[in-house]
Amino acid sequence: MNSAQSADLDSVIGIAQAVRAGERSAVDVLEQHLARISERDGDIAAFNTVTDDAARQQAGAIDASVQAGETVGPLAGVPIALKDNMCTRGVTTTCSSRILEHWVPPYDATVVERLAAAGAVIVGKTNLDEFAMGSSTENSAFGPTRNPLDTSRVPGGSSGGSAAAVAAGFAAASLGSDTGGSIRQPAALCGLVGMKPTYGAVSRYGLVAFASSLDQIGPFTRTVAESAAIYDVIAGPDPRDSTSIPQPHAAVTTALGEGIDGLRVGVITELSGRGNDAFEPEVTEATVAAAEALSGIGAKVEDVSIPTAVAGLSAYYMIAPAEASSNLARYDGVRYGLREPGPNTASMMAASRTAGFGDEVKRRIMLGTYALSAGYYDAFYGKAQRIRTLMIQEFDRVYEDFDVLLSPTSPCVAFEFGAKADPVTMYYNDVCTIPSNLTGHPAISVPFGTGAHGLPVGVQVLAPMLGEPVMYRVAAALEGMAP
Amino acid sequence: MTDTVNAPDTALHTATARQLGHEPGLLPDGWEMVIGLEVHAELATESKMFSPAPNRFGGEPNTNVHPVCLGLPGTLPVVNRKAVELSIRVGLALNCTVGRCIWARKNYFYPDMAKDYQISQYDQPLNVDGHLELPSGAVIGIERAHMEEDAGKTVHVGADGRINSAGYSLVDYNRAGVPLLEIVSRPDISGPEQAKEYVEELRSILVAIGASDGKMEEGSLRVDANVSVRPVGSNELRTRCEVKNVNSLRSIGRAITYEAQRHVQLYESGEAPIQETRHWDEEAGRTRPGRSKEEAEDYRYFADPDLVPIDPSPEWIAEIAASLPALPKERRDALIERGGSPEEAAIAVGRALDALALAAIDAGADADRVLTHVRNNLAVDGAETLDASDFAELVKMETGGALTATQAKQVLAEMVETGNDPASIAAARGFEAMDTGELESLVDQLIAEHPDEWARFNSGDDGDRKRMQGFFTGQIMKATKGQADGKIVNQLL
Amino acid sequence: MSSHDETPGAGATRAHLTTDDVAKVAKLALLELSEDELNTFTGQLDAVLDLAEQLNEFDIGDVPPTAHPFGLVNVFRDDVAAVGHDAEVMREEALAAGPEVEAHQFKVPPALGEAP
Ligand SMILES: [Mg+2]
Ligand SMILES: [Zn+2]
Repeated sequence: MNSAQSADLDSVIGIAQAVRAGERSAVDVLEQHLARISERDGDIAAFNTVTDDAARQQAGAIDASVQAGETVGPLAGVPIALKDNMCTRGVTTTCSSRILEHWVPPYDATVVERLAAAGAVIVGKTNLDEFAMGSSTENSAFGPTRNPLDTSRVPGGSSGGSAAAVAAGFAAASLGSDTGGSIRQPAALCGLVGMKPTYGAVSRYGLVAFASSLDQIGPFTRTVAESAAIYDVIAGPDPRDSTSIPQPHAAVTTALGEGIDGLRVGVITELSGRGNDAFEPEVTEATVAAAEALSGIGAKVEDVSIPTAVAGLSAYYMIAPAEASSNLARYDGVRYGLREPGPNTASMMAASRTAGFGDEVKRRIMLGTYALSAGYYDAFYGKAQRIRTLMIQEFDRVYEDFDVLLSPTSPCVAFEFGAKADPVTMYYNDVCTIPSNLTGHPAISVPFGTGAHGLPVGVQVLAPMLGEPVMYRVAAALEGMAP
Repeated sequence: MTDTVNAPDTALHTATARQLGHEPGLLPDGWEMVIGLEVHAELATESKMFSPAPNRFGGEPNTNVHPVCLGLPGTLPVVNRKAVELSIRVGLALNCTVGRCIWARKNYFYPDMAKDYQISQYDQPLNVDGHLELPSGAVIGIERAHMEEDAGKTVHVGADGRINSAGYSLVDYNRAGVPLLEIVSRPDISGPEQAKEYVEELRSILVAIGASDGKMEEGSLRVDANVSVRPVGSNELRTRCEVKNVNSLRSIGRAITYEAQRHVQLYESGEAPIQETRHWDEEAGRTRPGRSKEEAEDYRYFADPDLVPIDPSPEWIAEIAASLPALPKERRDALIERGGSPEEAAIAVGRALDALALAAIDAGADADRVLTHVRNNLAVDGAETLDASDFAELVKMETGGALTATQAKQVLAEMVETGNDPASIAAARGFEAMDTGELESLVDQLIAEHPDEWARFNSGDDGDRKRMQGFFTGQIMKATKGQADGKIVNQLL
Repeated sequence: MSSHDETPGAGATRAHLTTDDVAKVAKLALLELSEDELNTFTGQLDAVLDLAEQLNEFDIGDVPPTAHPFGLVNVFRDDVAAVGHDAEVMREEALAAGPEVEAHQFKVPPALGEAP
């Protein structure tokens, strides 16, 4: 892919330009995508719900405004899919869990309001690993999503449905949520651009929580320019999210063209995959090639060691389950969701939770409950939160000498269903992506060549707090030089 | 969150115990009570602690709710600034150190806790290390006063409407998320009377500074008592029981006394109480062990990742401190300085008539008469509307002899009703003190008419003298339709 | 948080997780496990705790735990109650989601014991 293609008819920018200019009707654009969905989503299973009727109304309203000469938003008529853990008023929001299978939220997530205000058309809710816990979308209670590039393989996860929807052309873009790599890893495995913003840059209000201190919403697109366009719409302060950054959002679309001459790029030794047989060689080589390409156009590239980066996985698997064990306590069969009968409230709650949650969710709830329980807190959760502080301090020190950092996104290309049945093996998929969730820093995965079986490989660009503008500049440069 | 352990503060505790001794008669000789109170006060805000749902008492079930306080998936808490400000007001009024604090989740499953965790404060609360001086002079340590959210209400509907009977439960989230301040005292309270005094004083402070409506009957103030006993004069802190559900001043006294006596009985029969939560049964007049799960609770507290720390600036705290009104203690002291008794001062402040009394006294009225009127004659609606200078004028007329006590009382009542000034009311009623000349001749005349009574008056027998003095005074009052000044009559006799 | 006990299980010589440990945790989390599940989960959770052992390789000294990566403090909302049509509709929709509702309240089987 290269940024020239961002003007393609099917691109976010191409569609919005044509619809705003009245050259194309939003309804036609929508029908084209709905046709692809009915044609192929039977195989791919990207969607839990296709909101075709509501989408037709939204699209019709956009066309009406255009004809009436009213100003329409920057995403006018752009078909967008939402991960099914973002609340949509009147539309079931299941988190791909039995426990929320029929739950209909009474309110819209902030990102949903912002997309609608920008003129986007919501085509449906996409499949995910139950409550976003997984790296393959195999943990969905409703069955796995298939990778459109090779349907015998996973699309990655947990936002596998959102990745597949864009890769299959069901939507021009989609939103996912990223707690430990759940946007960047499936983007890499599906040959897309996936971005995890600075923690607090995008409101979490209406995102069903997995791990509150790590969750961030971000876009899947085919190109970097489209990613920036979506990000500029969804970012910005939200009074309904106490952790949202109060400073106004600085647009990134305008920064894209600025080039990277003289930028200082560090390749993280501990995450480079070099001398680590858990990484596929093509993945390691892609990162090296990306670094060389950048130095070729004027960047200063060096290796840099970040020792705590390897502690990320351990810290993450204490912090995320601990927060999840508390966030998922509310699914008790009292106010909403699945209820199984029981002689008293406690037994009803236990029966409902036991029937409503899948194994991976149960594993993480129990792990987190253990990590928080008296006698273990200091050794596990408490220690992990301190390691996290160390990581932030270490990365901040490194960013005094570097503008951005580079690493692979995933140690491997898209793998076959069932290939990583053992939980810890599966967890290792996130080794490169987790540090950015722990530090709260932004990171983006950009397709850079292919690996085993001709499947796409992603390279990750990491940047400091609110470093999205420079991060996008580097991502755009890589996109332009991708093999 | 009510399970904070009272860190024993022996120094402060023994000081208090020595200073007061214990309340005698309730326990067998040689025993004294050691009591700490946890008071949950609902804060007087428009909306809830973390959600825009209205904070109002009662209403149809589940009408004061919003996705946030129902704990719907995806919702997030945002702190109510007013609730924090009111909490700081209380902290300052209780002489606490106010500082940086964080929110913690207390995890437990119960149907009326919408998220199945309570957002509270644990190891870094807003207010710490304060104290409260009671009208009696006792000083009670305040360990902490931390913010948290209230739970909803679970109503148990069964054959006999009792918990655990067959049937079912109904959950109403109107109260879920209402802002609470949990005020935890040190174990410095020496008995049921002092416990009531503490709660009354705390309540009057909360109301005076506008932090809470203090309505115990509406659950705006809920008290848990940590009760233990020990041999008089020892400093030890023995096993305590937390007695819940003591929600009226009366039951506070009864519950504490019952529980302390239960402990003494156990010790004296060679047993010992176990640390547990017990519930006060008002009808049965006894405490019962709570039905909480047999295994020890594990609340898995951790910092709430949906919320950020509160770090009140010195400027903000100073601003709040400057806005605090005079506290009940200062207001009582002002009256006592001017010669009022502590009891009368407490009554005047309790009826919010202290400002009126103060103004009247400072306008030259006799403090004792002013406070006597406040106590005896102003327990009426509209008393607060009295004009202080009129009130002062009335008392001056009375002490100057222009009005008798009886007349003053009547005039005062009419002043409250009509707002007219005392002079015109007295004139309208024809109240004029008779001059002593007239009175003298009247007295001589009566003595002439009643020689026997006069003899007994002079018999030297005190009883007779008193009775006859009453007789003559009565006759004079009858003849003068009560306009004569009793004091002068006595002098003349 | 400093108020939590020092762990007995901390350090490189962590005692391995037993099925009793997992049974206790499952009870706290209101999850029911079959014998088989109990055994499988115990092995899997113990493997993750081995992963967590890595944390002991780092000297954390006295660094504070991370509260918010951006260091935000004092985020408040004004004390304004949401009322009117939207609030009521939202409320009705929320109540409509109740698995069992009676007299505008959420109906549950008898709740044992009192809340803490
Ligand atoms: Mg109230
Ligand atoms: Zn409490």
